[in-house]
Amino acid sequence: MIDLKFIWYQLRRNPVSLAGIVIVAMFALIALLAPIIAPTPAGQSNAYLIPREGYSPVPQPPSWAHKFGTTQGEYDIYYGVIWGTRSAFKVGLAVIGATLLLGIILGSIAGYFGGIIDEIIMRITDIFLAFPALILAMAVVAALGPSLNSVLIALIIVSWPAYARVVRGDILAIREEDYVEAARGVGASHFRIITRHILPNSIYPVFIMASLDIGAVVLSAAALSFLGLGAPEGYADWGQMIQFSRNWIVGPPGQPLAYWYTVVIPGLFILFFVLGWNLLGDAFRDILDPKLVKR
Amino acid sequence: MNELLNIRGLTVSFQVYEGIAPALQDVNLAINQEETFGLVGETGCGKTLTALAILRLIPAPGKIEAGSITFNVNGGSEPVDLLTLTEAEMRSLRGSRISMIFQEPSAALNPVFTIGEQISEAILLHRPDEVCQRAADAAGQRLASVSGPVSILARPELSLERRIYLQMAGNPDLAWPKFIGRIPLVRRLLWRIGAEAERMAVEGLRDVEIPDPVRVVRQYPHQLSGGMKQRAVIAMALACCPKLLIADEPTTSLDVTIEAQILELLRKLKVDTEASILYITHDLAVAAQICDRIGVMYSGTLCEVAPAEEMFGNPLHPYTKALLVAVPKPGIEPSPIRGFIPDPLDLPSGCRFHPRCDCAIEVCSKEIPAMHEATPGHLVACHVQ
Amino acid sequence: METDLETLVEVRHLKTHFPILKGLFRRPAGAVRAVDDVNLSIRREQWMGLVGESGCGKTTLGKTMLRLLRPTSGHIYLGAPSDVIAEIELLERSPDGHSKLKDLRREHDLATFSGGRIKGIRRRMQLVHQDPYTSLNPRMKIRDVVAEPLTVHGIMRGKQASDRVASLLKMVGLSEQHLARYPHQFSGGQRQRIAIARALATNPEFIVFDEPTSALDVSVQAQILDLLKHLKAEEHLTYLYITHNLTVAETVCDSIAVMYLGKVVELGTAMEVFRSPRHPYTQALVLSTPIPDPKTKRARIVLPGEVPSPANPPPGCRFHPRCSRATEECRTTGPPLEAGEGSRLVACWHPLA
Repeated sequence: MIDLKFIWYQLRRNPVSLAGIVIVAMFALIALLAPIIAPTPAGQSNAYLIPREGYSPVPQPPSWAHKFGTTQGEYDIYYGVIWGTRSAFKVGLAVIGATLLLGIILGSIAGYFGGIIDEIIMRITDIFLAFPALILAMAVVAALGPSLNSVLIALIIVSWPAYARVVRGDILAIREEDYVEAARGVGASHFRIITRHILPNSIYPVFIMASLDIGAVVLSAAALSFLGLGAPEGYADWGQMIQFSRNWIVGPPGQPLAYWYTVVIPGLFILFFVLGWNLLGDAFRDILDPKLVKR
Repeated sequence: MNELLNIRGLTVSFQVYEGIAPALQDVNLAINQEETFGLVGETGCGKTLTALAILRLIPAPGKIEAGSITFNVNGGSEPVDLLTLTEAEMRSLRGSRISMIFQEPSAALNPVFTIGEQISEAILLHRPDEVCQRAADAAGQRLASVSGPVSILARPELSLERRIYLQMAGNPDLAWPKFIGRIPLVRRLLWRIGAEAERMAVEGLRDVEIPDPVRVVRQYPHQLSGGMKQRAVIAMALACCPKLLIADEPTTSLDVTIEAQILELLRKLKVDTEASILYITHDLAVAAQICDRIGVMYSGTLCEVAPAEEMFGNPLHPYTKALLVAVPKPGIEPSPIRGFIPDPLDLPSGCRFHPRCDCAIEVCSKEIPAMHEATPGHLVACHVQ
Repeated sequence: METDLETLVEVRHLKTHFPILKGLFRRPAGAVRAVDDVNLSIRREQWMGLVGESGCGKTTLGKTMLRLLRPTSGHIYLGAPSDVIAEIELLERSPDGHSKLKDLRREHDLATFSGGRIKGIRRRMQLVHQDPYTSLNPRMKIRDVVAEPLTVHGIMRGKQASDRVASLLKMVGLSEQHLARYPHQFSGGQRQRIAIARALATNPEFIVFDEPTSALDVSVQAQILDLLKHLKAEEHLTYLYITHNLTVAETVCDSIAVMYLGKVVELGTAMEVFRSPRHPYTQALVLSTPIPDPKTKRARIVLPGEVPSPANPPPGCRFHPRCSRATEECRTTGPPLEAGEGSRLVACWHPLA
């Protein structure tokens, strides 16, 4: 049901959504071309470790050798933000992908069958939703030991209940439709009804929510890294870079903005990444709005 | 009989994503005083659009391209062309001179207001002087009848109320009563107006034969059944004694026994209020029961107009004939019309019915037929007849 | 051996009640008695009309017969021999013989079926919904919609299935070029044809039509009724046609059953019920139904009042509050559906002559 002409028509009416697509596409390009535009120095096995010149704690301004300068511990900022794009995509897509899967499965089971199954699953989501999200994530990471993978697991644990609820709500709305009853009348199994009839008609709002959420997930991962609970030191991750700049946000008296590049550059990357995904989510909403499906 | 409404050359088109759809093409219609005119047709024929055009409520992206709708506002005086009025002037006509009732009564009633409040709204908007006069009379009566120790306090208050109401009745556009109505303690002086409006609402409900109207006036729409809601909507529409009542399929969503009650009610109300009814329906049987004259529409054009008995006894337009054969009648099986109703974006050239017509001749595919009078009072738009 | 007079579908003492749950703990506080003790039998290749107003339970009855809803109690038989039905009745009334009763019911009574056995009977009976705009999955191509019964029951696949789908579409008056389109590209009448094609895919014996033409125009309705007539003759189908329009029922149906508040109040041939109704409600329905003839304006007084709620039906005869002929007997005891002359059944203490 993808009508390209119609999609183009909608995008032309809404240039802001076009901006979202462009921004995300640019970031994707950066992530793909990372080995080319920021080559790993010879001899380094793990490409995600930011190369460092020395151990000096003072950041250096941008120069020819280091295009964006170096941050605390003489880590190259340029390398860090370019490879950090890869980490951001990894975190965002992995978390959202797993959350979608978990949320859709549990949400559709709860919504379709109703009754006691619905009650049990909903009470479980209630338990998870009762905790403040970031605190729960911190607790999980602390328990599993700080690393990027624990951040992934923590964010999945924290995000899936909301998706399950949304999917359940959509399923409840579609479950009573005539064509679902017709499918039952034909003799279709529950699995077939859910996958072929209910989900294709109700899933689009969840995808819109997901694309808006990728930005939020990356922000949360950055926050956890900033607190030291994420990637190991020296890992190419935007949150890490901000953590390095913590002590250098305000420079020496007389030159308060001396070390602006340590904060601003990673910050801008995060900002535009999240902005791009938000606009993309809005674009999805305009294109996939089911009310626009002609009757 | 004098004419109440005269539609001439009405053309409406819709600008959609796929192109321009001509929804109404050159519609010519006249409704007389105190008659029930039935507008009959199937999906996409434009009957609802005609009604919306009269009230100037056509939704975007529709546009009235051409035509005039002359309405005899105050019988005798100059008829006005509704399409030339300003929005404010139309607003003063809607609900008071021309009212509309819709198919779904639940859609016409606001679920968070009581029935009484909704009827009062229409009354207060269009007949404020009457309400104020009645309030003044009621205050005067109370003034005359109050006695005893209470009267020391009651008398001045009642006479003040009476003076205010008389002022408002004389000049409904005064600004200071609205001002008073906002000040917390003083505004209770105006309460009698609301009470009178409610009393008039109860009378309206009684006219539409709702049982126990005093109780119903305080109820919310969800507490009423479908038939009751439709009666309440009719009461709302008639609250200001309109000259033209437009009924857009008012009984389609009702059961057949309730439909019979509502049709009976409409017949009675037409006689009592001397209003004309424009009755829009796709059900020929209902049109036969209640309409004096009937107009048949097909795909945006008017095919035939005739008195009801003449239309059923001697139909001239091929579409009308085919429709009458396709309608189920007791003992006679319905006979289908071949072909499909055309898509408004892909209309046939010339007469819109010609691809499905058994007696089409060459000119039918070239020119749209104009309406001509076959016999007195019987108009038909066909090249063959 | 199948003869024309053999009973295909039989329903006995069928009740479908929906519990009303109230209060903090959602306790059952009464029930909506949508179908309340209905007996109905439909012969092979008969076109039975089920007529009534909103809230009378006709849609619920149709869906319960197809086991789309679960009956609260009662029996549903599809093609069961009449002696088995009689034996089950006998065993129900006697104090012993429970195990035999259970076995017989498990084998023949659709009301006891569950899971896979229900799927089995779905091949033999189908439903066509009222609203063609919502009965087709908007995101499925027509080809998949009509082929779904074949896929689900594993009857055909691949080329064989495509051929069958093409021939089904041709049977209902659509063409092969429509296969790859989506429902929203069709008109209401065409969508209803697609729904009918889907219902015919597994060669069912019994089809229930839930007001199939009430959302359609008059000319389209005529086309669909014509189609149904031809299909019934060609495929030897049995129809249960649910409608609120008595005129339509009279012109196409062989027999008509009139329902009011969950019970069948009259049953007879179409002509009999329409020309000479015996139950006061049927008479009111006949008199209220408008006829496209301006010379016969209907009787002045029609049925007063409103239909009572099926959660709280009046005691005795359900119709007595609105009936002009009600007596004390009507107020206390509900009349049974009894035979009058011939195949006529009326549930009334004082039927019209």
